[in-house]
Amino acid sequence: MIPIIICATMGLAPPTNVRAYDKPDDGGGTVVIEWQLSPEDAAVERYEIYRSADGADFERVGFIGKGRNNIEDNTADGIPYRYKVAAVIDSVRSYSEPSANVFSRPQWIDRPKLNVFAALIIFGAIILYFTYAARRGKAMFIRKIAGVQAIDDAVGRATEMGKPILYCPGIGYIEDIATIASLNILGEVAKKCAQYDTKLINPNRDPIVYTVAREIIKESYANVGRPDSFDPDCAYYVTDSQFAYAAAIDGVMLRERPATNFLVGWFRAESLILAETGASTGAIQIAGTDQVSQLPFFVTACDYTLIGEELYAASAYISKEPLLLGSIKGEDWGKFFIGLVLIIASVIALLTALPVLGLFN
Amino acid sequence: MNISGNPWIWVSALMSLAIFSFLYRDNPFYRFAEHVFVGVANGWAVTFYWHNVLAPSLFDPLFRQGQLYYIIPFAAGMLYFTRFIPRVSWLVRIPIGLYMGYYVGVSIPATIQAYIIKQVQGTILSAQNFQAWNAGNAGVVWSIILFIGVICTVSYFFFSREHKGVLGLSARVGIIFVMIGFGAAFGYTVMARISLLIGRLQFLLGPWLGIIE
Repeated sequence: MIPIIICATMGLAPPTNVRAYDKPDDGGGTVVIEWQLSPEDAAVERYEIYRSADGADFERVGFIGKGRNNIEDNTADGIPYRYKVAAVIDSVRSYSEPSANVFSRPQWIDRPKLNVFAALIIFGAIILYFTYAARRGKAMFIRKIAGVQAIDDAVGRATEMGKPILYCPGIGYIEDIATIASLNILGEVAKKCAQYDTKLINPNRDPIVYTVAREIIKESYANVGRPDSFDPDCAYYVTDSQFAYAAAIDGVMLRERPATNFLVGWFRAESLILAETGASTGAIQIAGTDQVSQLPFFVTACDYTLIGEELYAASAYISKEPLLLGSIKGEDWGKFFIGLVLIIASVIALLTALPVLGLFN
Repeated sequence: MNISGNPWIWVSALMSLAIFSFLYRDNPFYRFAEHVFVGVANGWAVTFYWHNVLAPSLFDPLFRQGQLYYIIPFAAGMLYFTRFIPRVSWLVRIPIGLYMGYYVGVSIPATIQAYIIKQVQGTILSAQNFQAWNAGNAGVVWSIILFIGVICTVSYFFFSREHKGVLGLSARVGIIFVMIGFGAAFGYTVMARISLLIGRLQFLLGPWLGIIE
């Protein structure tokens, strides 16, 4: 009733000061429209946004609830548009004056992300420096990591028992850093398997990870001079489905009875299913992931667990490759830098913002 | 008790029981369910990728709409099959390299933004972060605990120095923080898993056996 009275007695006041501008720091294709709310905003049902490419025919391109004074519109880059905003009560519309012409265009630089760029340059430079230093022969120390120390023992145990080794790289894709680190470790485990002539089983969930894993194993066998011992069927694709993959690996654990299970890579909810089944078979289990939510299950059900970044460091520790050693050293300096920033920024924030320390202002 | 007459409910229930039988030991019922599960999942994946990826994003534009530049991703994809031809199997490295390069490049800025810059911003001892806890004056205490936890935990992940002296002490405190976090996550997730088990039991006792509503 009130809106009708307002419209009937006073007329519905339209939104004013409609301003349209190209959305800054984006890849183009978006215009932002802002306006001053109608004085009768409390009674308004919604605001409708109208767009015109020729300045004459306006078509509705969106709407938004009362109390809101801006909206984004998807546009074609380079075409000038004008916008009007209408306040709506029932079927009554009160139109604003049209905005000035505006057109969207992409920007080269996303300014709010300059801090990311700066961080990228700093960390990149540190890592490149240490990689270069490692390549020139500078000794790079990496402390012992318990899970990595156990790899030799685990492979030796499997050899003595005449049982296979199961290497599960998780359910990640090839672009996941944990999967890449896992494949590095797989290469070293495969070398040891080739040296001791121990059977390796490598079931995969992703077709591309499977392809890469198979190539890595093949190369490892060739590198230790045992290309003829490589079994093309040791690496195989199982399925894309997470729990079907887990069910299949559980089956492998129970039927093949591996002496050692490596659960290293990117895992989700199947982690505990795999780790518990492996533990029930009496196998030595070495696990590692950077998925914080899954680490508790590995810690409780496995003999050794590579926690988060230990997984990345492990691949460098085993392979001793200058590229990886340098990057680990560089990452350490990056962490030192982050700690320094935290301390300095906290001191500055406390001295300038905490009321009790106002005397420093 | 009102046992279901729907054959699909029976299939679902018997498959559930076959999977549960794994709790006793490996047996033919579990093996059957496992192989059906893997087979069905693969069949589903093939049709899913055909209808949602290959057909609309590659074959339709290339062969029906004549957009010839789609020949480039088509050729890159076909290179995956070269691994079946030993003489040219090295060509499989090209699409893998493109795929890895693209996704690693895309993920680096997002990772720095989400896992470094945002985390640092949230850890700094500032008035804004004290208030973010919505805990009044206790927000200061929580922020300080968080700050110490972050510094010590990061120090645990220093690999290029032995954990001795101050670094050793800091790393020791850090791993305690890590384990407390793991304990909390473990309890939280076990609760979630129990709710999944309850859901399955409700299905068996409800729609299948009709014992509960």
